[in-house]
Amino acid sequence: MPTPILSKESLIPGKTSKLVLEAPQIAGKARPGHFVILRMNEKGERIPLTIADTDPEKGTITIVYLVMGKSTAVLESLNAGDAILDVCGPLGRATHIEKRGTVVCVGGGTGIAAMHHIAKGHSRIGNRVVGIIGARSKDLLLFEKELKSFVDELLISTDDGSYGHKGLVTELLKDRLEKDREVFEVVAVGPVPMMSAVAETTRPFGVKTTVSLNPVMVDGIGMCGACRVTVGGETRFACVDGPEFDGHQVDFAELRRRLGAFREQETQSLELWRCSCHGNK
Amino acid sequence: METNKPKKAAVPRTPMPCQPPEERRHNFKEVALGYTREMAMTEAGRCMQCKKPLCVSGCPVEVPIRDFIREIQTGNLDAAYRIIKTTNSLPAVCGRVCPQERQCESKCILGKKGEAVAIGRLERFVADSYIASTACEQVTGTNACAMPAGGRKVACIGSGPSSLTCAGVCATAGIKVDVFEALHEPGGVLIYGIPAFRLPKGVVATEVNGLRQTGVDFHLNHVGGRTVDVAELAREYDAVFIGVGAGLPIFLGVPGENLVGVLSANEYLTRVNLGRAYDFPNYDTPAAPGKRVTVFGAGNVAMDAARTALRMGADEVHVVYRRTRAEMPARVEEVEHAEEEGVQFDILSAPLHFNGDENMRLKSVTLQKMQLGEPDASGRRRPLPIPGSEYEMATDLAIVALGTRSNPILLQATPELKLNKRGYIEINEETGETSMPGVFAGGDIVTGSATVILAMGAGRRAGQTMVKRILG
Repeated sequence: MPTPILSKESLIPGKTSKLVLEAPQIAGKARPGHFVILRMNEKGERIPLTIADTDPEKGTITIVYLVMGKSTAVLESLNAGDAILDVCGPLGRATHIEKRGTVVCVGGGTGIAAMHHIAKGHSRIGNRVVGIIGARSKDLLLFEKELKSFVDELLISTDDGSYGHKGLVTELLKDRLEKDREVFEVVAVGPVPMMSAVAETTRPFGVKTTVSLNPVMVDGIGMCGACRVTVGGETRFACVDGPEFDGHQVDFAELRRRLGAFREQETQSLELWRCSCHGNK
Repeated sequence: METNKPKKAAVPRTPMPCQPPEERRHNFKEVALGYTREMAMTEAGRCMQCKKPLCVSGCPVEVPIRDFIREIQTGNLDAAYRIIKTTNSLPAVCGRVCPQERQCESKCILGKKGEAVAIGRLERFVADSYIASTACEQVTGTNACAMPAGGRKVACIGSGPSSLTCAGVCATAGIKVDVFEALHEPGGVLIYGIPAFRLPKGVVATEVNGLRQTGVDFHLNHVGGRTVDVAELAREYDAVFIGVGAGLPIFLGVPGENLVGVLSANEYLTRVNLGRAYDFPNYDTPAAPGKRVTVFGAGNVAMDAARTALRMGADEVHVVYRRTRAEMPARVEEVEHAEEEGVQFDILSAPLHFNGDENMRLKSVTLQKMQLGEPDASGRRRPLPIPGSEYEMATDLAIVALGTRSNPILLQATPELKLNKRGYIEINEETGETSMPGVFAGGDIVTGSATVILAMGAGRRAGQTMVKRILG
């Protein structure tokens, strides 16, 4: 049965939207850290997206995406009232959450939405949550309002200084770790270079650092190993062993190369779709 | 009597018409084209109708082989189909993918002095010839589907061969069946694993639709252990069958295995078969391109991957295997087909490490020559490395087909299930029941990766117990 889109809210015009999907079975089982695999239509490919929020009572899940290639472009072309052909989940291991004190949750770009769900879990169990979010400029920041509704503190940075601290999230993070020795864990979700930089920032402090990895996936249920990553020198499947791992153990350089494995085909697919779309209109 | 030389043995086995190798290596159409009615009659005529048919004992689901062949001899194909269906829910599949030379046909009396009756080809012919509007009529013997009586219902997790068979057994007994499948298409390995040139997707769809007509409902995108919980299903249903297979691929564990260009056969085949990557960019899923392809392993999956790579446009495809041709576990016909199509076999050779360029893309593999030593515990001669025999082979796509192990998703979510030492589900061999009362299991999640027909045998056994338990 196709999964209906109940509402769509554009966060960055043409690039990023927030969709609320009617998926009661997934909503009832999903925990922070889980993801879903989606296929938009009969000819579509399977892509993974983190669950940004759930409402088990209403039977809904929320997803947020960045338009990167054809599949996300097709997703962006859908509206409330449309449906997604296949939504499979919840997948992956849920975030390990226990009450321990202060946790710093760092989010970059679309990763802020995924981070938001994890931060919410920590907040609900009674941890003190410090959010740090960053983007290139003010208009690319997501989920500020949602985060403010429950975090104890929210620090913001933009590359161009159009809002909050001018610079990188890692500068805010370093500053915080120097001043605040109570932090028991740092969670980071965002682009690979950002997660890698967060791990390097926390390493000298010896603070546990959890990152949510985003490798290429096909089935998302452990069948193929497309999503394999090297953690602590060992091969792990992000879809069943993760997607969260110890940031100090992850081989980020390998992850970045593997993410580019299909770049040529991805470009071809997107260009072809854009052409045919314009042709039809 | 052994001494009476049977006259019929002299008649040679009827050859199977095939697409010519030069043509088929560029397409995904089925290679083996199937018997015509005349060919099937001729081949069926070779069967001696043994009083004690040994062939049946070689079939994991004990198809009444002699009886269905007798119906072909008299031209009664509907009757032949009904007989097969009494024990086999997927004859069109089994006739195509079973390693008959190690099963039914290995026991055929004609094989002692000549060639065995082509049982698999005949089973396939009967199934393919069967075209009827209502599958339930053929399956149940009545013109009405045996629809759920008294609200009894069972759940099957997974929709591969074991689950489909279990579902078929329960549905024909009048029990409502819900099948929960994690992927977006039902069929398990029949859909994502075995390529269309060996098993056309339409054949699987026909068998699945046949089940739908007997009242089986398929719930796709439902992951056992994630979307649905075994204990919850056990409370809601009269019985549960777990047939989730052993999907987790095994890698070689040699350096360089995470280079771009090294894939599991499961990934490669899933992209091409389930994702229809052969029709990219019309379909969105891309396959990993490769001009010089190396496949590791020599089972059916390795043959499928190698032959798929040829069809995807590779110039050269090598199958690297550390033993010899005689030890290859693949179906004989597939090895022959692969060779005819131009796949090269590098036997007595094992990989040491993969080598990449500065962008971490695969460019070659370093191999080592092997020799066969003394037989090991499995009875096969152990391959031993020959020191100083290392050599490098250029390759831009490496496909690892070493088999699979148990998938942890459902097992981790269901700690009540007792596992054996190898990490597979432990069952009562007689009944198929697990350590959870009312929860049954079968197929690769119990035995580790095996064949389609063995999984079907397990599904049938469990299904029969479930039916007996529920209907008394």
